[in-house]
Amino acid sequence: MRTLATARRVLTQIRRDPRTLALLLVVPVVLLTLLRYVYDHKPLVFDHVGGPLLALFPFTTMFLVTSVAMLRERTSGTLERLLTTPMAKADLLFGYALAFGALAVVQTGIASAVALGPLGLDVTAGATLVVVLAVLDALLGMALGLFLSAFARSEFQAVQFLPAVVLPQLLLCGLFADRSTMATPLRWLSDVFPLTYAVDGMQELTRHASVTGHFVRDLLIVAGASLLALGLGAATLQRRSA
Amino acid sequence: MTNSVVVEDLVVVRGGAEVLHGLSFALEPSRITGLLGPSGCGKTTLMRALVGVQAGITGRVEVLGLPAGTAALRSRVGYVTQAPAVYADLSIAENLRYFARVVGARNADEVLEQVGLHDRRNQLVQTLSGGQRARVSLATALLGSPELLVLDEPTVGLDPVLRRDLWGLFRTLADSGTTVLVSSHVMDEASRCDRLLLMREGRLVADDSPAGLLKHTGTKDVESAFLAVAEAS
Repeated sequence: MRTLATARRVLTQIRRDPRTLALLLVVPVVLLTLLRYVYDHKPLVFDHVGGPLLALFPFTTMFLVTSVAMLRERTSGTLERLLTTPMAKADLLFGYALAFGALAVVQTGIASAVALGPLGLDVTAGATLVVVLAVLDALLGMALGLFLSAFARSEFQAVQFLPAVVLPQLLLCGLFADRSTMATPLRWLSDVFPLTYAVDGMQELTRHASVTGHFVRDLLIVAGASLLALGLGAATLQRRSA
Repeated sequence: MTNSVVVEDLVVVRGGAEVLHGLSFALEPSRITGLLGPSGCGKTTLMRALVGVQAGITGRVEVLGLPAGTAALRSRVGYVTQAPAVYADLSIAENLRYFARVVGARNADEVLEQVGLHDRRNQLVQTLSGGQRARVSLATALLGSPELLVLDEPTVGLDPVLRRDLWGLFRTLADSGTTVLVSSHVMDEASRCDRLLLMREGRLVADDSPAGLLKHTGTKDVESAFLAVAEAS
């Protein structure tokens, strides 16, 4: 009940901000299209990079939008106000998860429809699994954003977390260089970064027609990392503060 | 009459420094108590302690017979923060609907009437004036008819007519049995209270009715009374 009310409230706020909504839904399509024509004569490279990008967009955008939205909630006093009401922390967290999860379904639905349709991205396993994994990636980004918003004092700082948190994961996720060719310490780092498994899962889907054990492992790791980040996020929501 | 709030030896430490130094007082239902003192004297910290969001507390803080901050109290205590705690990108009605769901209240329309914003219900909060935003924030605290209302400077920046109307509302709520605690740094609001708690530098320096305070200090207004008390302490 409170979870649904929160999800509805968050979605209403986003609907009030058509520019953000457009960025969320249109930018992935534009970038994928761009990429398709960058590799105009190398369709295999587009197939290699396009799948992982479908994991990257929801992760990055939901991370950014959630960390700023949650920071606003913290700095405007509405979070403290909510914590004096019967609202449970789980109501708030799952309300956010529900809202951004729904948004991720729409975002990924549009992006993969365009990528797999007109752009001709070849994903052997089909669109449904792509959307399932992408929604989980979105929830991972959202959970990390919720957690890290506790460490930002301003929206300016929150935005700076994006290069600090997302770029290292992007560099080490195996998209730019095969993970087996990395220096050992970097490969260890890559092993503990959740985005590695999100990207690896998409690559599995581009290679195999049916669900592999490898893919299921990736899916579970992404889901587990999301829950862990959500738990850490809950720990930053203290009713009592100085 | 049983006290609705009992505070004994309340000490609050914030960032390593003691900001409240052993406060003791009690509040009764059906009364408006004014918490007066200069900016920075600890009024907000004391109010946060009562609603259970202040950390670093020692001493006894009991609200409606339960330790402050207990889960069961959250639907029985209304709190208005100093800065309006509402969503600027939602309309007045959407804010009220959301908080009503959260609190489990059904009187959203009624509280909008009470704060005089029912004819602007569909307006976005970000298009409202500061005083109107403060009233939306107040309306959300009135949802569910709380038994204790803690209001942190609710009338700052409001025009005199509105201020009078809101004090009329606080009186109506008190008459129906609500315990009302209102903070202010404007001393002329003191005369509208049944009782005054004067605070200075983290201590209570007076606890009296407005008339009693003037009588005991031999002064004509609360401002002078505050000066007399502050110099004597």
